Amino acid sequence: MSSWIKVCELKNIYPATGVCALVDGKQVAVFRPSDEEQVYAINNMDPFARANVLSRGLICQHQEQLWVASPLKKQRFNLLDGSCLENSEVSVEAYKARVSDGFVEVHL
Amino acid sequence: MSKQKLVIIGNGMVGHRFIEDFVEKADLDKFEITAFCEEPRVAYDRVHLSSYFSHHTADELSLVKEGFYEKHNINVLIGERALTINRQEKVIHSQTGRAVYYDKLVMATGSYPWVPDIKGNESKDCFVYRTIEDLNAIEATARRSKNGVVVGGGLLGLEAAGALKALGVETHVIEFAPVLMAEQLDQQGGQMLRRKIESIGVNVHTGKNTKEIIVGGEKSRNTMKFADGSELEVDFIVFSTGIRPQDKLAKQCGLATARRGGISINNQCETSDPDIYAIGECASWNEKFFGLVAPGYNMAKVAVDNILGRDNEFSGADMSAKLKLLGVDVGSIGDANGRTPDCKSYVYLDENSSVYKRIIVSQDGKRLLGAVLVGDTESYSDLLQYTLNDIELPKHPDSLILPAHAGAKTGGLGVDALPETAQVCSCFDVKKSDIADAVAAGHTTIGAVKMETGAGTGCGGCVPLITQVLNAELAKQGVEVKNHLCEHFEYSRQELFHLIRIEGIKTFKELLEKYGKGYGCEVCKPTVGSILASCWSDYILSSDNNGLQDTNDIFLGNMQKDGTYSVIPRMAGGEVTPKGLAAVAKVAEQYELYTKITGAQRIGLFGAHKSDLPDIWSQLIEAGFETGQAYAKALRMVKTCVGSTWCRFGVQDSVGLGVELENRYKGLRTPHKMKFGVSGCTRECAEAQGKDVGIIATDSGWNLYVCGNGGMKPQHAELLASDLDKQTLVKYLDRFMMFYVRTADKLTRTSVWLQNLSGGIDYLKEVIVDNKLGINEQLEKEMAQSIADYQCEWTATLSDQEQLQRFAHFINSDQQDDNVVFTPEREQKRPAFIEEKAPTYNISLEEV
Ligand SMILES: Cc1cc2nc3c(=O)[nH]c(=O)nc-3n(C[C@H](O)[C@H](O)[C@H](O)COP(=O)(O)OP(=O)(O)OC[C@H]3O[C@@H](n4cnc5c(N)ncnc54)[C@H](O)[C@@H]3O)c2cc1C
Ligand code: SF4
Repeated sequence: MSSWIKVCELKNIYPATGVCALVDGKQVAVFRPSDEEQVYAINNMDPFARANVLSRGLICQHQEQLWVASPLKKQRFNLLDGSCLENSEVSVEAYKARVSDGFVEVHL
Repeated sequence: MSKQKLVIIGNGMVGHRFIEDFVEKADLDKFEITAFCEEPRVAYDRVHLSSYFSHHTADELSLVKEGFYEKHNINVLIGERALTINRQEKVIHSQTGRAVYYDKLVMATGSYPWVPDIKGNESKDCFVYRTIEDLNAIEATARRSKNGVVVGGGLLGLEAAGALKALGVETHVIEFAPVLMAEQLDQQGGQMLRRKIESIGVNVHTGKNTKEIIVGGEKSRNTMKFADGSELEVDFIVFSTGIRPQDKLAKQCGLATARRGGISINNQCETSDPDIYAIGECASWNEKFFGLVAPGYNMAKVAVDNILGRDNEFSGADMSAKLKLLGVDVGSIGDANGRTPDCKSYVYLDENSSVYKRIIVSQDGKRLLGAVLVGDTESYSDLLQYTLNDIELPKHPDSLILPAHAGAKTGGLGVDALPETAQVCSCFDVKKSDIADAVAAGHTTIGAVKMETGAGTGCGGCVPLITQVLNAELAKQGVEVKNHLCEHFEYSRQELFHLIRIEGIKTFKELLEKYGKGYGCEVCKPTVGSILASCWSDYILSSDNNGLQDTNDIFLGNMQKDGTYSVIPRMAGGEVTPKGLAAVAKVAEQYELYTKITGAQRIGLFGAHKSDLPDIWSQLIEAGFETGQAYAKALRMVKTCVGSTWCRFGVQDSVGLGVELENRYKGLRTPHKMKFGVSGCTRECAEAQGKDVGIIATDSGWNLYVCGNGGMKPQHAELLASDLDKQTLVKYLDRFMMFYVRTADKLTRTSVWLQNLSGGIDYLKEVIVDNKLGINEQLEKEMAQSIADYQCEWTATLSDQEQLQRFAHFINSDQQDDNVVFTPEREQKRPAFIEEKAPTYNISLEEV
């Protein structure tokens, strides 16, 4: 089952924003924090509001790590492991992500 | 043991203060407390009585916290006047026939306005100025009058004159003495004040002795006749010719009274009957009565302590005062008329800017005895501290009143020079050391210090001094006063604004490299995005700034709880054509959008998929609409009433003005969202005074109110300027908007911004109207630029293919979000609850 799935070209994601990709029936939020070739992927659903919105949140830095702030109520989720800064009981799934040959790939 | 019966007659400012202090200090289980309150409402803030004309709510003036009397079991007899006191039986009878027995009695009956015995003074056009009822009567009469006169040019008289002016009638002041405010000012100071007052259009007549008021006149309802044979026609008359202590009851029951009126008291505030105390304006101490609230508050404290068997004495009071009368700053300290033998004076006179200052010093030049300040009272609190604390004067005392350019030492006295015992708040007798203690205990904001110590919550005149003490204490403790934006920028929003503008910084990255650190976050990114947008009016979607915007700004719609967006086209002033309505109806039907009139007089369509937004908007723009910016921190809308075009009461075209203003300021990014309101007459159907900017039509123009708020923390707007023509109104508004954009902290509504602006509305007036900072030309220019750069963000987006791609829900599929599910309700739809969604979806949710 371990395979990397191509999602889109890197240039289709503006630096400092995220997009939502449909991967194997799952909604995956993919973030590109800067103009470099670094990307992150977590589940797109905000577990508090149960709405598919995380890809539309702002990428932010706290405690030296990168997070996304939900556009609904601003809870922050870690881009590496999906943990929630406000509530350690809550987290979202995090996935591996990489750039290869100018394409963004996700590993569920 | 039965309870001791404590009765208070009079529930004014001092009577209430007594109860508050008593509740704090006494074991209430031992007392049964009753208060007679003659007025139809419990104690209110008479000192700020005139503000009633601007907000019209007695509640706002009330001094009694809701439920306070009930909580402490205090029986307040509202509307009941004590008629007689029987000292043998120790019983009071009221006008309703009620009998109330006492063990200890406190008289706090205040004073009454004294009206000279002039023929005709009982006419229904004659008033006094002391209670809310008086003000209601004056206002009702002013409405049907062209002109009014205040008899009495003292402190209260001038305040009343200010109120008449604000009510929009031609205003006259008649004074018997040759100068105004003869009590507090010397002759030259009085003259300067007169010139300033005349320059704002109040007619001053000094040296006039009113003989008679007769009904009838050529132009007005009454004619006043003076001893010198001259006459003045006026519609109505307000007497402000002094107050007399209310000592009627004391005389009735045989208590000793003073020669000039007032219930005689000793240092313990006891009257000639040791079971009866008198406090406040009704009391006379050493043959003197005090017409200010601070000495009354002191007496209240002394009486409480003595009733509870503690030592405390009243030792007289300082009658210094600092006020703003008809917009003129006036200060008077101590021996203002220089009556102390062998005293010497220093005088500074600047006829160009109408400033007069005089200080009176002791023969040896070492002590300050008194001061008169007209036109500039900046040095008031320093000077007052010199007299109150007997601080030795500098070698050249004149340096205290000279302006900086003439060699005055700057920085003033400095709070460090004050002794720890210095009284900083005279209303509540708060000392410098009390404030220091509060700061040490962790109360580090001005609000917290006020709450903790009570300082600054009376007349408010000492707030600047408290702020200085607070800051000095904080500095001493090494506490930095911080308003850094966030961990990435050690600057406030205001500082960043200036850096961006001055250095021409155009991107977040550039700013972060120069002045910040790290990557940025959900606080600094949108704040900087908004500053960049207000400074450079760049298209909000320009790709450089994409990552800065909240989702609302990126997708130009307000995100709803289920991830869909609202669509709200602009309907400036609430106007919409039938054709426009049809176009809105058509897209709403086509995309099955929930439709409602929003709180902002326009139509909102809800439940739009992100991917449908471009289509929806292209149809709306086709039909002539543009974006309503309902998603942005920007001007949302201008609410208008129908105004003079249709309404039979209207005096100006409120809709026309509202439409014009909405179109002028639309799109400008502001620190927080803004709402305007315009009403066509004083009935105020647009509720403009609850808005950031409220405009109300008058017969001769527009009154401009600012910094109001509805919503979570309602706040009445404050009057910035009145009777403006449209051109001036727009000019002031340009300045106001830009000044707010420049100086407010992140996410600060105008109401909070004003609260934090030191100097408050007066300072704002100085900036906007008098150009105190000299920046108005710049502000107007910036606004003109912003207006010129306006574009409809949706129109721009629709013509940009690259941007449009981002509206698809998936980057790699055309499907829509299957988690967006609706349920029918009242013939429309709403987002489905979780349990209403398809069961399959519920299962997959569990994994999340
Ligand atoms: C327009 C205006 C502006 C002012 N500005 C200032 C200012 O800037 N600074 C300042 O220090 N002071 C100011 N003052 C003065 C200040 O308001 C008074 O000093 C203060 O209110 C005195 O409080 P008091 O309780 O003694 O009297 P009051 O507040 O007058 O209260 C007395 C109460 O007792 C009631 N009463 C009287 N007789 C009876 C009875 N027999 N039975 C039952 N109730 C009775 C009266 O109806 C009244 O409600 C101002 C006053 C006015 C009118
Ligand atoms: S505020 Fe005045 S003009 Fe406007 S609708 Fe009300 S009554 Fe008419």
